[in-house]
Amino acid sequence: MAAAAELLRVSRLSKHYDVPGGDPVPVLHEVDLSVAAGEFLAIMGPSGSGKSTFMNLLGCLDAPTAGEYWLQGRNVAGLAPDELAALRNRLIGFVFQGFNLLRRVSAIDNVALPLLYAGIPRAARRARAQVLLDQVGLGSRAAALPNQLSGGQQQRVAIARALACEPALILADEPTGNLDTHTSQEIMGLFTRLNLERGITIALVTHEADVARYARRLVRFVDGRVVHDGEVTP
Amino acid sequence: MKLRALPGEAWRAMGLNRLRTGLTMLGMVIGVGAVVLMLAVGDGARHTVNEQIQAMGSNLFIILSGASTSAGVRMGAGSRPTITVGDAEALEKLPTLDGVAPVQFQTAQLAHAGSNWSTTVRGVTPDYFRLREWAIDSGQGISDAEVRSAARVAVLGRVVAKELFGTDDPVGKSVRIGNQPFTVVGVAEEKGQSLSGSDQDDIVFVPLTTAQGKLFGVSFPGTVTSITVRAKSSELMEDAEADIRQTLRQRHRLKPGQPDDFTVRNLASTAETAATTARVLTVMLGTIASISLIVGGIGIMNIMLVSVTERTREIGIRMAVGARRRDILLQFLLEAVLICTIGGLAGVALGVAGAWAVYEFAGMTTFVFSAATGIFFGYYPAHQAARLQPVEALRYE
Ligand SMILES: Nc1ncnc2c1ncn2[C@@H]1O[C@H](COP(=O)(O)OP(=O)(O)OP(=O)(O)O)[C@@H](O)[C@H]1O
Ligand SMILES: [Mg+2]
Repeated sequence: MAAAAELLRVSRLSKHYDVPGGDPVPVLHEVDLSVAAGEFLAIMGPSGSGKSTFMNLLGCLDAPTAGEYWLQGRNVAGLAPDELAALRNRLIGFVFQGFNLLRRVSAIDNVALPLLYAGIPRAARRARAQVLLDQVGLGSRAAALPNQLSGGQQQRVAIARALACEPALILADEPTGNLDTHTSQEIMGLFTRLNLERGITIALVTHEADVARYARRLVRFVDGRVVHDGEVTP
Repeated sequence: MKLRALPGEAWRAMGLNRLRTGLTMLGMVIGVGAVVLMLAVGDGARHTVNEQIQAMGSNLFIILSGASTSAGVRMGAGSRPTITVGDAEALEKLPTLDGVAPVQFQTAQLAHAGSNWSTTVRGVTPDYFRLREWAIDSGQGISDAEVRSAARVAVLGRVVAKELFGTDDPVGKSVRIGNQPFTVVGVAEEKGQSLSGSDQDDIVFVPLTTAQGKLFGVSFPGTVTSITVRAKSSELMEDAEADIRQTLRQRHRLKPGQPDDFTVRNLASTAETAATTARVLTVMLGTIASISLIVGGIGIMNIMLVSVTERTREIGIRMAVGARRRDILLQFLLEAVLICTIGGLAGVALGVAGAWAVYEFAGMTTFVFSAATGIFFGYYPAHQAARLQPVEALRYE
């Protein structure tokens, strides 16, 4: 395969958390990483090693303390909050461990939420959301509220939502953390298909080697540093 | 996000906690309702007072016997009235005055075909109707000839006409006043309540000379109960009052230093006082009502702040999928404005129901007010919501 275009690159990326009445807590130390479009990346590491922090930076949900982050050739560091919001809307889809669906809002409206902020008219929003629900196998549960769905189903809704604006990148922080083995396999199958069939870049945090095996590249964090970057070890 | 999509999102959020939305709205309903009601009541009071002032006639003085005290007019026990027809004639010559009308009045019993009515009988000259700007609805007023001949003719006030004659036209009919037969020559127009609250239409007019001679007899010949005079213009009111004083003191042979034995009452200043009172009342009621509106607004701010905290995670999710700060701000702001305007409309309806005399303008201004209240008190919570950092909002439990 010819060298695919670079989707994102971070260089010397650091993050400190300010804690009130104490010294700043360093969490990431000068991380360098480059991800090409179409990659399937698993991120592993002990608890507290900074994986979620790293994902939040990649997702433009948080700003780094130092270092550079280039997304599709643009330096994210200099962008205003509204421009970051637009990036999240158009380029990035999030899948969280806790699903993070709006309670008391139906599955289809949850899926349609990013389209709302993309300025799509209501009828088109619902039509597209229905298609997405069909794709994740939940077409018949469009009107269901999150608490009427199983964990696996909720995660499918969240994935459908992540796909709403046809993102280039899906960031999934322990997406199978709350699911049983069988459901985890279904969800991972879904990610694999999205990666292979649509070429969506996927970065996924997990603690389970079984889950990481679906990816083609493994990045391991320890104490806020990348200690391994390469093949997924069998 | 397109602005068009906003109301739907805000409406849905309001529906999620109906009880709370309803209670918040109730604060607005009461606040706005109170404003509308109070404005209407104040306005009504002012309107009434203005009408009464109009009905009174302008630039008038009333001259009464006896010295004035802070409590009113003091009459020495058993003393004779001090003002006379002669005084009235002397006042006629004053250049600052436009007309002089001596009045003699007393209560008497009226009867017609079995109906009885006790009322004030007022002996007047033709000038009285001109000074009081009191028109005759049907028939005619008292004429100079009737005064000269002390004719037994009467002009009825509206109330008396209705009590004795019902819907019939009393003109030309006969009526007994104090057991003497009188011919009704006219019916005076309706005047309504006086500033002091008495019904001005409960009255009968007869020629002054008739009242003094045939009707009541004369215990003190030549005296009258009061004299109504009018200044030529409102600028001349002060001069006129001074002239009246001087003329009367001279005629009554009062030495310098001796107190007046009569009272000159300026009706314009009485009217002024009444109008001021009505204005103060309006302002006071408006202020009280505004306070309840502010309290309602603070209630909204409070609830919206709670709701922002409660929905932090929702805000985080919305931001993660691409909501800009402005989208969040507008969503929360619109929620507050919706609560305020819906509550405000209900309040207007309630206020109008409470005071059907309400004027249109009160309703419209209040509507604008309630929307403004929504923006004012909704801004801070909405701003707080929009300022949240996406990561922190998402991590919020
Ligand atoms: N808002 C914060 N303020 C202060 N410290 C924080 C904050 N968020 C995270 N940390 C600290 O940063 C470190 C890394 O946290 P992070 O959530 O990135 O770990 P993680 O690798 O995702 O762990 P896990 O596998 O348990 O999810 C931890 O020591 C944590 O205590
Ligand atoms: Mg984590």
